[in-house]
Amino acid sequence: MTIDELRGRVADFLATHDPRSTDRLEFLRARYDAGLAWVAFPEGHGGLGVPQALQAEVDRLFVEAGAPDNNPSANGIGLGMAAPTILAFGTDAQKARFLKPLWTGEEIWCQLFSEPGAGSDLAGVATRAVRDGDAWVVNGQKVWTSGAHNAKYAILVARTDPDQPKHSGLTYFLCDMTDPGIEVRPLRQITGEAEFNEVFLTDVRIPDSHRLGEEGQGWKVANATLNNERVSIGKTALRESGMIGVVARTWRAQPERRTPELHDRLLRLWVDAEAARITGQRLRQKLAQGQPGPEGSAMKLAFATIAQQLSGLELELLGEDGLRYSDWTMVRPESVDFTGRDAGYRYLRAKGNSIEGGTSEILRNIIAERVLGLPAEPRLDKDVPWKELQK
Amino acid sequence: MSDLNLLPTDVEDDLRATVRDLLVDHCELSAVAAVYDGDRSLVERLWKALSVDLGLAGLLVPEEHGGAGASTREAAVVLDELGRHVAPVPFLTSAVVATTALLDSDHALLGRLATGDCTVAMTVPLSIELDAPGRELASVTADDGGRLTGRVTSVAGALEADVLLVPTVDADRLALYAVPVEQAGVEPVVSLDMTRQLADITLDGIAAELVLADAEAAVRRALEVGAALLASEQAGVAGRCLETTVAYLKERRQFGRVVGGFQALKHRLADLYAGVESARSVAVSAAAALAADEDGSVATAVAQAYCSDLAVHAAEEAVQLHGGIGMTWEHPAHLYLKRAKADQIAFGTAGAHRARLAGLVDLPPVRA
Repeated sequence: MTIDELRGRVADFLATHDPRSTDRLEFLRARYDAGLAWVAFPEGHGGLGVPQALQAEVDRLFVEAGAPDNNPSANGIGLGMAAPTILAFGTDAQKARFLKPLWTGEEIWCQLFSEPGAGSDLAGVATRAVRDGDAWVVNGQKVWTSGAHNAKYAILVARTDPDQPKHSGLTYFLCDMTDPGIEVRPLRQITGEAEFNEVFLTDVRIPDSHRLGEEGQGWKVANATLNNERVSIGKTALRESGMIGVVARTWRAQPERRTPELHDRLLRLWVDAEAARITGQRLRQKLAQGQPGPEGSAMKLAFATIAQQLSGLELELLGEDGLRYSDWTMVRPESVDFTGRDAGYRYLRAKGNSIEGGTSEILRNIIAERVLGLPAEPRLDKDVPWKELQK
Repeated sequence: MSDLNLLPTDVEDDLRATVRDLLVDHCELSAVAAVYDGDRSLVERLWKALSVDLGLAGLLVPEEHGGAGASTREAAVVLDELGRHVAPVPFLTSAVVATTALLDSDHALLGRLATGDCTVAMTVPLSIELDAPGRELASVTADDGGRLTGRVTSVAGALEADVLLVPTVDADRLALYAVPVEQAGVEPVVSLDMTRQLADITLDGIAAELVLADAEAAVRRALEVGAALLASEQAGVAGRCLETTVAYLKERRQFGRVVGGFQALKHRLADLYAGVESARSVAVSAAAALAADEDGSVATAVAQAYCSDLAVHAAEEAVQLHGGIGMTWEHPAHLYLKRAKADQIAFGTAGAHRARLAGLVDLPPVRA
């Protein structure tokens, strides 16, 4: 399909669904049915099977027409991680059941992966799923779960076979967050907010029809999810977008606060941010040509370092005002904006950038081993049944 | 501003393979090291193979003058490969800087450059900054009869040149003159990087031919293109340092294991990999921006500010991570270190490019 044919499809759709007079949800559901939601997805599942590169133009046309959007920032886990994983590993029935309300935002998703004892070593998860007839009974504790208090569903990794070595005993599930065995507790962070939650699972029943992929295949499915996370985190397109834009605007607006030392640091970071932006652009051009790989880890590494240094610089630039903080009150934000709120918040929140979605240390291991081909870290836990490992 | 294509075209891939094949065969690192001990036999041999046999001297020369009419993108590919091999040839000074300075002149020198019949060097110090005032760009004066007098120090490419392209200054105008090299005093300099050996030039009332009467824009353009494409050479130097270091650390054993398996070294190499990828991105971006005439000055400043320091860092890491062998004359790491350090200063340091960038992107310094 050419871009002009695609434009024609959008125009036809808008001619029969006036964004001003059509109910918001009705409009979004119809857009999904027309294959104009995520156009790279296959027909019948909200797409047309056309290249991902065409998505931007479709989105632009809908924005131009004043159409309602699916509020993507409220469902980042669903759109960025759950959806591509369900598409890759789901049965036809699972795709038909979950993808549409996920895209329209009727069902928000969260991620039940990390645990207190399984962070960087995610394959060490201890949450147990035990088969009981045509269902699974799940018990355990998850952590760092953003949006759990709003979510209808979760992607969940649980241990189904403790006799297997840790990577082979895992299974991936789609978990109903309204199950009575689920308890969500806010987890307050250094910013004062509780963007994340702890999730306790007690005898949660998940029907076997909500298992994603084969039993014991959970690690492979989870890696598909995590690769999507790293690509989406490293994403910026325009010059001076993100943290560098915020700090550059502060610099321009407050000439009286400038010092030669801050100027030098700002320019170094401006160059680093621009280099990261151009590298991201080159990586996306490579991905569009079907050359994906672990190189995205380098992008995420750079993003975290630059965001942390810039947000620290901004506080120094603000001087006395950098000593003030907007509000320590515990709130549960609906969505997270790394460049939002005030400079103090940005500084504190950026500390998470080198921890979430793979710590910078783990990413360096990934680059060294999978890109450069250097020897893997010595593993004491590889061929040992999980239940025999020292916890 | 549209997204520039940052991936190599098929033509660029072919060009890279051709240049690499030639360098693998004709640019042995032992012969490169020999130039430090006064054996410059490789220089002429290699430059003839690249400039005449492959026709690279005329890459940027328009087709109507017998050149290939290629763009900065293709020239960047060549420099990346030359950097990988620390090739001691005057491609940057003659085929890029001097050629670019002549592009608007329609001068017959362009045709001679294209065939490789003539190698040209513009007489500015290699360390010249892009925003240098006119009197620094041109320290030579011309009298009414077109006779040149003055001295220019630290000129790259002059030792290999047949013709010198001399910027001159009078009250308010910068002009370009051509002088056959044998009429000038050319004094070789013992240089930090002998693979791009410098010379001090003295002109003592030498008769010269006026090439461009109003040349300031052409000279500044030539320096900017030179700086932008130097970034590709730096990316090539850095990429090769990373590759050889990774390969060595996969073989070198201590404490009963391959040292590349130690996390302290793996993490350094992972960071270096990320840096080299960024260097390659900004270098390609600068070459593509100049070829498309889109925001080339910002792209050049970013590329130089980034690649100048990254290449030095890569070469320093190569020396350190090779351990004692990296400190020897026998191992080629020092060739890359010397080239990287000299390249960092060429066309201004990273700090000079950041200062230039501040003006270009509206991040002004402290008010005086």
